[in-house]
Amino acid sequence: MLHDKCFMIRELHEKLINKEISAVKLAEDYFAVIEKKDKEIFAYLTLTKELALEQAKKVDEKIARGESIGILEGIPGAIKDNILIKNIRATASSKILDNYIAPYDATVIKKLKDSGAVFLGKTNLDEFAMGSSTENSAYGPTKNPHDLERVPGGSSGGSAAAVAGDMAVWALGTDTGGSIRQPAALCGVMGLKPTYGRISRYGAIAMGSSLDQIGPIAKTVEDVAIVLSAIAGEDKMDATSARSADKKYEDYLTGEVKGLKIGVVKEYLENLNPEMKEKMEEVIEKFKKMGAEIKEVELPFAKYSLPAYYIIMPCEISSNLARYDGIKYGMRIDDQETSKVKADGLPKTLLETYLDSRKYGLGSEVKRRIMLGTYALSSGYYEAYYLRAQKVRTLIKKDFEKVFNPSADGVDLILTPTTTTPAFKIGEKTEDPLKMYLEDIFTVTANISGVPAISIPCGKIKVDNSEMPVGFQLMGKWFDEENLLRAAHAFEIM
Amino acid sequence: MINKSEVQHIATLARIGLDEKEIDKLSKDLSGILNWVEKLKEVNVDGVEPTAHITGVNNISREDRVGDFENKEGIKKLFPEEKDGFDKVKSVL
Repeated sequence: MLHDKCFMIRELHEKLINKEISAVKLAEDYFAVIEKKDKEIFAYLTLTKELALEQAKKVDEKIARGESIGILEGIPGAIKDNILIKNIRATASSKILDNYIAPYDATVIKKLKDSGAVFLGKTNLDEFAMGSSTENSAYGPTKNPHDLERVPGGSSGGSAAAVAGDMAVWALGTDTGGSIRQPAALCGVMGLKPTYGRISRYGAIAMGSSLDQIGPIAKTVEDVAIVLSAIAGEDKMDATSARSADKKYEDYLTGEVKGLKIGVVKEYLENLNPEMKEKMEEVIEKFKKMGAEIKEVELPFAKYSLPAYYIIMPCEISSNLARYDGIKYGMRIDDQETSKVKADGLPKTLLETYLDSRKYGLGSEVKRRIMLGTYALSSGYYEAYYLRAQKVRTLIKKDFEKVFNPSADGVDLILTPTTTTPAFKIGEKTEDPLKMYLEDIFTVTANISGVPAISIPCGKIKVDNSEMPVGFQLMGKWFDEENLLRAAHAFEIM
Repeated sequence: MINKSEVQHIATLARIGLDEKEIDKLSKDLSGILNWVEKLKEVNVDGVEPTAHITGVNNISREDRVGDFENKEGIKKLFPEEKDGFDKVKSVL
């Protein structure tokens, strides 16, 4: 059994080409671990065993024919259930998509299939990626592999728990306000939100279209870089994907950070609890020792990121989720019971179908955000909320432009904690939505500004009787994943 | 403060059926959240251009050409109600 030790992609690749293990056996081993552990953790919503073994078999045949294989070929990973794999169920953890079989591959899936990666299954998330704990899943919460009474974070909690629980080598998540980085931090693994536009969003179930990005979760920076290289690039199916050179991000991991300028924001560190503060100070010391230059920076408007996010994001949601209406696909409820609701110009039978399908198909957090967005966009409120939030977004973006400006002695990276605390207990924050929203306080700025950001594990903190992992975050310049990953990797190997 | 009749009005705009309990809870929750985002009013945004989209790209154009989707059956299977290969909708008049 392979799981006595966890292996990196490169090590497994060597084992495959040296015929120490076959790709089929590797996939079977992972399914065996999933079977053993996932009853408790519940990282997976759907297992794609048939597909995985078929993919693995192709790799083994290639190896048997003496052909060379790519670095990701035969390497098993997990896909968040809001990313489409053709002919596989994709629920986004919502009842409204309970019977939805994806009719096409997301661009990232197509690219991963082309690179020969193996898909073990689809992972749990907060419904439509709305949440920070995976408790909003219509199928039940995922547990943190480090302590089953605690949340894995969210919304990509299933993906982070699958990697942390040795139930996948790598995983894909999506990140709209921190949904890759926060669960990565709480589960003690690496999670990257690439620059907005770095990766095509085609086939990712939309939440906030100006904020969403797909990204990798894995145990090492090199693994993150390898998956990023496979999925990045412009796509004609996503007009917001940016033109970029075809890069191998793993080639930039030199282990060197000498001369790199890393900014820290004083208020962020001052307001932390003592344990977290100590961790951050250790991280800063380590970077100094490696020869990076630590510089204090100011992001005066960044503190408005979270409130701006909680306007912009629900507005985009209210528009994006209008498609779940019981008419085109997904759950339809039309018991036609009279709800007393009237809408001008709509016949009763049609209106009742909309109302009921959405009433029973959508969960409470999803409804809350649709309602919030609908309110903020409604006549008379648009300027006070949405337009103002978009203007604040401009100011936040300018903060980053200034801090990163090389001709004004700017920095290359910004260092912050990923979260304020380690994983909290299941049920601890479900009553008050605002409490849960504050989980995104350090991560959301990167979505508002569009910059790339990675969460890197930096030790554990004792809470009650558990040692729980925490992480720190590095944010980089737009489309400069190279320096971001280089610094993360140097920290990791030191 | 978002009162219950406002919640009902927004729910109708958003086409979401709600029961009394949900209306109560949403009235409280939405008021709390909106109160908290009031913070944005501290910011002077005079003369600031709004940002809808961070990378600044606009109007990506391509040739207007019909392509064939290879899995039409897969889409038809998702229709809640199918008739003669079409998605059957409720009467709209």
